[in-house]
Amino acid sequence: MPRYARNLAIALLLLAVLYALDYLVFDPGRRMISPYVARIIMLAGINITLAVSLNLINGFTGQFSIGHAGFMAVGAYSSAYFSVNYGKGIAEGMGDGALGWAVALLLATLLGALVAAAAGFLVGVPSLRLKGDYLAIVTLGFGQIIVVFLNNIESVGAARGYSGIPIVKSFFWIFLVAVLTIVSVHNMVRSAFGRALISIREDELAAEAMGVNTTRYKVAAFVISSALAGAGGVLLAHFDGYLNPKSFEFIKSFEILIMIILGGLGSIVGAVIGAIVLTVLPEALRGFAEYRMVIYSVMLIVLMITRPQGLLGGLDPFKGWRARNRAKTRTEAEEITAEDTRDKESVDKATLGERARDTSLGEGDTRS
Amino acid sequence: MSTFIQQLINGISLGAIYALIALGYTMVYGVLKLINFAHGDVYMVGAFMGYYLSNGLGAQWAQKLGQSSDGLVARGLLGGGAMEPSLVTALVVMLLAMAICALLGVVIERLAYRPVRKYSRLTALITAIGVSLLLENGGQVVFGADPKFFPELFRKQNIGLGGGVSVNSADIVVFVIAMALMVVLQFVVYYTKTGRAMRAVSYNLQSAKLMGINTDRIIAFTFALGSALAAAAGVLVAIRIPRIDPLMGILVGLKAFVAAVLGGIGNIPGAMLGGLLIGITETMVVGYLSPTYKDAVAFAILILVLLFRPSGLLGSVAQEKV
Repeated sequence: MPRYARNLAIALLLLAVLYALDYLVFDPGRRMISPYVARIIMLAGINITLAVSLNLINGFTGQFSIGHAGFMAVGAYSSAYFSVNYGKGIAEGMGDGALGWAVALLLATLLGALVAAAAGFLVGVPSLRLKGDYLAIVTLGFGQIIVVFLNNIESVGAARGYSGIPIVKSFFWIFLVAVLTIVSVHNMVRSAFGRALISIREDELAAEAMGVNTTRYKVAAFVISSALAGAGGVLLAHFDGYLNPKSFEFIKSFEILIMIILGGLGSIVGAVIGAIVLTVLPEALRGFAEYRMVIYSVMLIVLMITRPQGLLGGLDPFKGWRARNRAKTRTEAEEITAEDTRDKESVDKATLGERARDTSLGEGDTRS
Repeated sequence: MSTFIQQLINGISLGAIYALIALGYTMVYGVLKLINFAHGDVYMVGAFMGYYLSNGLGAQWAQKLGQSSDGLVARGLLGGGAMEPSLVTALVVMLLAMAICALLGVVIERLAYRPVRKYSRLTALITAIGVSLLLENGGQVVFGADPKFFPELFRKQNIGLGGGVSVNSADIVVFVIAMALMVVLQFVVYYTKTGRAMRAVSYNLQSAKLMGINTDRIIAFTFALGSALAAAAGVLVAIRIPRIDPLMGILVGLKAFVAAVLGGIGNIPGAMLGGLLIGITETMVVGYLSPTYKDAVAFAILILVLLFRPSGLLGSVAQEKV
């Protein structure tokens, strides 16, 4: 079977599975699972999109961005504005059925992703000249500025929040975006483009010397990552039908960051698992009432002390499967995961002591 | 013109507080290359310590000591059993809060940061975020999530300067104390043996160790010093605006950090300059533009500075080594 036919078949099968799950399990009329459980699963789906997209820039390109929530907010608000003002018209124009809303939501998602990509470009071009800690601070600053602006734009409800957004709570839609994000990041990382990104992460100067236009690749990765975050934001906007600038503060960026650190930086499987764990964990701790977040933060600190490479760092559940696959095709290059290199590095550091050069955050240090 | 001078005075007072917090960020960054996200929350704890000291404990101690022979001293120090507002009370409360937070800083360093020091800087950064979340959420459990109102430690009054400009006595006290603390810090860093060791560690940790400096002790000392200054800032801010809550450290901490970067991170005079600049600009924006944009100012300045002078105003440019 030709490659494209096989891929098409897989895609169709995937769509069918998602649709069947949506129809059989997540249809509220069937009462297969409680609305609460369905909600958690769908939120996990949105978080998967956010975590995997952040992993592209933080994990694979090694550029430490902590303003992801800002791009998510841009996607969420722009799509919400579109849905509130034009979505209903489009849906009604097509008969106000499921198809009409699907088209309206598709347009909203594309728009949200596009606007977020534009925001990513505007932020990325100037700030990606910076490295390490400085890049982190600037992205954090941009994220906060976006929130301040949202707090001041009256047409989207300013600080009161934006309500009345059409609600589309669809398992199918959320997981379609999540799967598309995973597949596209997975493929990107294995392409020449991704190889360039990983080379930047490993050694920017060496990459530059090898002819990689580092600025261009970094900006491209940043824009793609922002677009995907925007798509995640679109889903969130239409999930509850209400948006508040408060929920896009830098704490949200940290949350997504913690997901990919937890799973192991630079691992897609890790990001997915991190997203699921961090969506479920706060719910599981609900029994502890007000101590919930205290326990959560203590767990985070303890995890960092005991397993700094993340839960899945150094482990790869699909290693055997991929090795067989590789032997067959010989075209896929070895996946260079961040954990592999970082592991070695941490051993080096433990024995040799801290070295002045630190690849994990770049060399943005200046000294007095 | 009088508005301008009025805003300038307010800005300097606010800026002095930012500068005090920024010093803690910059010193820790200097020695560990770590953005200590929990620093803003140490400032919050400082404000709460000040609150409890001046409210409950102060009155109780004074009452208890009042019956013993030391009563007179206690009365003098704490302003008597009924907590008579006085400057001395404010100073004692501040110094005690500083001592408690210095201890807190050392404990945080020992339990959370030292174990991850051998790992990558990213791990340390996430740990710092974890500690910050712990202090914020722990604070909400221990202190209660509702805002508390700080007692008046001394009588505040407006002093007219003519031309419609007035200074609140609280602003003067805040500014004078902040400046005094910075002078003390300068002395510690530049004229003591420990300060010299701190600078050595900040210049190169490995070499400092080889020269026989107990780097662990110096790092712990740096945390103690920074946390004490944050606590002082916490008490001073509560004197100015007597409303404190467990989440008050988040935004102020971020802005103070921005101030540190603005001045050139790792650079002590830079942190002071950055703090004052951020404070003044912020009050100017509130006065002349719109108060709703005040939280964006700090970040906008930061972005501009980093784009045009990435090492900050007073920072030195480090050459990238291959």
